[in-house]
Amino acid sequence: MNKCIEGSHAVAETINLCRPKVIAAYPITPQTHIVEDLAKMKANGDGGYEFVRCESEFAAASIILGASASGVRVYSASSSQGLLLMTEVLFTIAGMRLPAVLTCANRAISAPINIWNDQQDAMTLRDSGWIMLFAEDNQEAVDLHIVAYKITEALRIPVMVNMDGFVLTHTFEPVDIPEQKEVDAFLPEYSPEQGQFLDINMPVSLGCFATPADYMNIREELAIDIEASKKFIKTQLGNYKKAFGRGGNALVEYYGAKNPDVIIVAMGSVVGTIKDAADELMEKKKNVGLAKIKCLRPFPKEELVKVLGKTKFAAVLDKSISLGQEGILATEVKAAAQNKLSAKIQSFVVGLGGRDITKDSIKEIFQHVQKRDSGLSFVE
Amino acid sequence: MEKIQEIRLHGRGGQGTVTAAELIAVAAFYDGKFSQAFPSFGVERRGAPVSAFCRISGEKIRLRAQIYQPDFIIIQDAGLITTDPSVLQGAEKCRGILINSEKKDWPEIKNKNVITVPATKIALEKIGKPFINTALIGAFTAMSKLATLGSLRRAVEERFPPEVAASNIAAMQAAYDCVEVKIKEYKFSSI
Repeated sequence: MNKCIEGSHAVAETINLCRPKVIAAYPITPQTHIVEDLAKMKANGDGGYEFVRCESEFAAASIILGASASGVRVYSASSSQGLLLMTEVLFTIAGMRLPAVLTCANRAISAPINIWNDQQDAMTLRDSGWIMLFAEDNQEAVDLHIVAYKITEALRIPVMVNMDGFVLTHTFEPVDIPEQKEVDAFLPEYSPEQGQFLDINMPVSLGCFATPADYMNIREELAIDIEASKKFIKTQLGNYKKAFGRGGNALVEYYGAKNPDVIIVAMGSVVGTIKDAADELMEKKKNVGLAKIKCLRPFPKEELVKVLGKTKFAAVLDKSISLGQEGILATEVKAAAQNKLSAKIQSFVVGLGGRDITKDSIKEIFQHVQKRDSGLSFVE
Repeated sequence: MEKIQEIRLHGRGGQGTVTAAELIAVAAFYDGKFSQAFPSFGVERRGAPVSAFCRISGEKIRLRAQIYQPDFIIIQDAGLITTDPSVLQGAEKCRGILINSEKKDWPEIKNKNVITVPATKIALEKIGKPFINTALIGAFTAMSKLATLGSLRRAVEERFPPEVAASNIAAMQAAYDCVEVKIKEYKFSSI
């Protein structure tokens, strides 16, 4: 049903439609409205899950780990410092090959303390072994959560769905929330195979000790599986489109001119502003395009190289920074481009700690990337 | 591409500034338009200056930036005009400014299309408490015609319990009527 509602509320309704059995969370701005709504639904008798109010994010992550190990569908959400407090457990969830879906309402990291949006929290988790998806708008956030369950339960790799804090979580806009029967048809009840979860009838150990003889092989296997998951993610995104008529299977979506001189690479909600700015630039006969990264992990190198193609300049926008290096996505794009592209690739850090990103700042980046300098640039 | 109509609202924490933006967006959505409402993401404190943004368009809205050149400005607390410089940002070129006040002349505002509505007085009369945001959105829709009164009523009814909604709708209607009369009287220029 098409409704004009807050992004957080849309996600909460969607999670309920996915029928998780255990939700564990600790409130933190700007994730709060999502878990508040889920708690309300439970209190009103509309949620078929256990809602565990935890003493910390560390506990919340540990509880979904345990619940997932017992073979049920789980959910949590966090932001910023909360996500960082979960970090140790998030690595463990991935290493134990436990399915889980977590929403990160992206927010800046202390210090200085700042509650506003950027993506430093999620980017800090990029090596954790989670599949990481990024939503452009609230509709995509809704859709990606449903696909996320499909992916995580089939591949036994946890999935983090990122949506920009405030910019998406606190924005009212039209969102089509699917019907329960549609979601049920796409995402049947979770029933893990015997031996994959803790079951008194089929005892197994999960999360064992691994000596140097095995540890490296297990990590290598995980690395191979995450790399290989691209194909499955694309298939599921495609299936979702068939079932719901939205989205598409591209992990890198292109928008803009046919033969662009400049491509702006970005992910998350800033993509919408870039599309409007690109339209205005194209009206003035500027050859500009946008490469939207929908999936950061696994990183869609091949697709990205194809999209960047013959462009002369690639401006990579990051709402985060690897201090002492440059924007994190910029480094990734450069790595993917090595020996494959001749474009100049430059890092632009934007929107840290909620700094507004306007169409004018995008147009400024379009100009700047065509200049000679190639250093890291902070866009005011 | 159709021009997006952009509205910026200014108030103080506790005056329902963000709720007002959301109600306008929901009402425009019920009118069959695309809409978007979001807060200025301030730290929520009662009494502190708060702003909120609303966009309405015939097409899907992708833009996420804050609004610096609004089509309309709604000012819930006239005291902010002289104390918060962001309130009048873009005021000269905007299509209309709505102020909760009974004062007639606004020499500090370089725009002829200023409409005032005694929203606090109306709220005290109809609701019994100074909850001014519903009166202001009623006045706003009379001024801008960006949402219908019927859709606003529906948005308010869905948001609040029946008794609260009823008194707020009465305030909204009274403020709407008040501005309708003023627009006829003053021959409001470009609206």
